Amino acid sequence: MKTSPLAAARLVMFRDLRLAFRKPSQLLQPLIFFMIVATLFPLTLSPEMSRLRDAAPGVLWVGALLSSLLALEFLFREDAQDGTLEQFALSGQSLTWMLFAKTCVHWLLTGVPLAVSAPIAAMGLGVPAEAMWSMVASLALGGFALSLIGAISAGLTLGARRGGVLLSLLTLPLAVPILVFGADATNRAIAGDAIAPPMYMLGAIAVLGVTLAPLAAAAAVRIGLE
Amino acid sequence: MLNVSGLHLWRGDRHVLRDVSFAAQPGQCVLLTGKNGAGKTTLLRAVAGLLDPEAGEVSWRGNSARGARDEFHSELAYLGHEPPLKGDLSGRENLRFAIGIRRTVTPAEIHAALERTGAPAFADRAVRSLSAGQRRRVALAGVLLTGASLWLLDEPTTNLDTDGQRLVASLIEEQLGRGGIVVAAVHQVLDLSPDRLVSLELGAS
Repeated sequence: MKTSPLAAARLVMFRDLRLAFRKPSQLLQPLIFFMIVATLFPLTLSPEMSRLRDAAPGVLWVGALLSSLLALEFLFREDAQDGTLEQFALSGQSLTWMLFAKTCVHWLLTGVPLAVSAPIAAMGLGVPAEAMWSMVASLALGGFALSLIGAISAGLTLGARRGGVLLSLLTLPLAVPILVFGADATNRAIAGDAIAPPMYMLGAIAVLGVTLAPLAAAAAVRIGLE
Repeated sequence: MLNVSGLHLWRGDRHVLRDVSFAAQPGQCVLLTGKNGAGKTTLLRAVAGLLDPEAGEVSWRGNSARGARDEFHSELAYLGHEPPLKGDLSGRENLRFAIGIRRTVTPAEIHAALERTGAPAFADRAVRSLSAGQRRRVALAGVLLTGASLWLLDEPTTNLDTDGQRLVASLIEEQLGRGGIVVAAVHQVLDLSPDRLVSLELGAS
């Protein structure tokens, strides 16, 4: 019996999760990078909590964006090198669904851990405890949108040598709105204001990403395989 | 059933495939021969739909393969130069996944295919610890498990010992006996019934 597209996508997710847990170094790399950035940054500013608190949204979001970019390079590359993507493309299944599954795993393994560990870094930056939940929610939602946008760039740079630099150049401009609304949400959370407006914008970007990014990534991967 | 007509394909400024045409009926094997760089792999990839030729058409069961891509691909098994296996998974896990995304597969079926290719002894070891020949045997079990009517094999005997080369020949014979079609790029002679063979030498002009 032929496997349904959703069942195939679920298999891709489980396989990627299993592979990731067998190579924990790759899993930890973005997280460690994020913690280093968030820890070193306060050392360059004054120890005044109010100044650190002002800088916190920027530090956390730029750190999260750069960490996410680190992991994006591996999103499709290994599968392209060992012929797995070719097998995806020739399986008679929807490449779009399978790449969407891979993107969700990327978020689960980078975006979610970054969001969950962000309070540790945020405490050092003087973020008040009552702002933590909102900050985690904005980082998780923004991280999902980043993974979706990054999947397009990862697909487009598949055929390029030293695609890492190109991937950053392609992703960063597209990630600016996420950075702006995400930092705004964190800022508002710290100030005790409602975070709904920037969260709606992040949600809208994520919905747009879910709708378009897997299709665009699949088209880009097909070109990259040529 | 498989009809390739007038394929032209350039790679950069190299005209790799020049008006390549061939046809294969159920039970026939097309052996692609030619020097390194003659375009054997390129032709296999173009037939599979991984490369877009500048001119010409591949048709399968009378329909354009490009037009009915998913249907064509669900009847196709492609084995490239490198076996598409994940080093951190065992051979069995790799097959469970690779076949699982195509169709429902039972552990018994996987075991039977591994037995057929002489791979059960090392199928539970991480693929990265296997020799190139052992990996090839696991990958051949994968081809067998697809149940596909059309096999596209790129140097299927690479890294295999004499027994392994005989195994490839017998797997191809079985596939042809089932009414399947095989297109294989080869450097070594395969021991196949000549009445089922169609040879195509590339880059001969």
